[in-house]
Amino acid sequence: MFNLAGYGPQILAGTITTLELSILSLIVSFIIGLLGASAKLSKNRIVSGIATVYTTIIRGVPDLVLMLLIFYSLQIWINDFTDYLDNLQSTYDIEISLDPFTSGVITLGFIYGAYFTETFRGAFMAVPKGQMEAARAFGMKPTKVFRRILFPQMMRYALPGLGNNWQVILKATALVSLIGLTDVIKASQNAGEGTFRTFYFMTIAGLVYLFLTTISNGVLILLARKYAVGVRSAVL
Amino acid sequence: MIYIIQNYWQPFLYSDGYNMTGLAMTLWLLVISCVIGFCIALPLAIARNSRNPAIWGPVWIYTFVFRGTPLYVQLLIIYTGFYSLDFVRDHVVLADFFKQGINCTILAFGLNTGAYTTEIFAGAIKDTNFGEVDAARSLGMSQFTMYRRIIIPAALRRALPVYSNEVILMLHATTLAFTATVPDILKVAKDAYAATYNPFASFSIAAVIYLCISFVLIFSFRKAEQHFLAFQKT
Repeated sequence: MFNLAGYGPQILAGTITTLELSILSLIVSFIIGLLGASAKLSKNRIVSGIATVYTTIIRGVPDLVLMLLIFYSLQIWINDFTDYLDNLQSTYDIEISLDPFTSGVITLGFIYGAYFTETFRGAFMAVPKGQMEAARAFGMKPTKVFRRILFPQMMRYALPGLGNNWQVILKATALVSLIGLTDVIKASQNAGEGTFRTFYFMTIAGLVYLFLTTISNGVLILLARKYAVGVRSAVL
Repeated sequence: MIYIIQNYWQPFLYSDGYNMTGLAMTLWLLVISCVIGFCIALPLAIARNSRNPAIWGPVWIYTFVFRGTPLYVQLLIIYTGFYSLDFVRDHVVLADFFKQGINCTILAFGLNTGAYTTEIFAGAIKDTNFGEVDAARSLGMSQFTMYRRIIIPAALRRALPVYSNEVILMLHATTLAFTATVPDILKVAKDAYAATYNPFASFSIAAVIYLCISFVLIFSFRKAEQHFLAFQKT
């Protein structure tokens, strides 16, 4: 159907990289989001203060600026740290170098963790208090309350926001090609430069993204149906 | 940090001596793309709510494509893609237009935010209470007057909180302009980084400037909401 001039495998590999990057960043930011939301709802002033500063700063600064900031600085900090360790014990020579993929996952996870924090905070607050009290009255331990009561109900409220965040993460992975990752965009750019058909190959990259977002839209609708089990919706 | 501030405060804020750079450029990009987006969105939002598939179909495709692909890809298609096409390069006006990074950037940003804004406004128009439309009809208003006097003003007010989000996201999106050689804040930060090899200082200055713009925007939208949505106060 498409004449890819031999660049097909590269573009496919790039697409897989993009997908891996988005899924791993989703997992990282999901965990940071859960921790952040618990911190923000915590009664401890210091903990909730730190979480508030985190979400405010991250959501106020563009993701690309943060990405460049973290990507270039993190490596220097790690180098300083390993040099320090080397000086302590001169028998070892520790070297940790960050590749674009790892730093992409770290930065995207860190950035979108702030957005997830806000999503989860709203969802946690939407779960009725009586549910928690009832669970505690049954003698459930906090982890069990979270697993059995809070999390499943919270997910229903969080799902629209989660879906949004996922779509944003998927599109934000495009930025990681700017710090040197060979994702679908980089692969298409290479193909375009090699064949002098930039427009054609960039359109293919766009179509790949369109395909991914459409698929995830469908999955999200199915998930919403799953988590809405037992909730009666108004029929208009 | 001090060295960078001393040497780069001027390009960071308004000019490198020849061109508009930094903060001024970012704000200009933000304003012009939001204006273009708004002008695209208003008619398209009305068309989006039409019952005729020949009218809402194309609008749906436009918003679907522009919301389903990353802005970076759109910018690359417009900036590097169009100029690689033969008929664009041979056409005098088009070649002139697409040769310049700033034109392509504004076009891509305007179309992108236009798609998101269309959906926001279309949702707000759709939420119009049927009673308001009935009342307008019973007063004998024409379709045009009804939109001008009743539906649009109320819908824009309702859309304000979501629209303010979109403007903040647009501010964040303007950082992509440096890939099309537009000298915005991030481009200056990159230059400072290239000259000093101090990434943390260069990029955190940019981050602080962006943070300040975000806070100013959030504050002014909050004021606007208090003014325009005063009737909703609980």
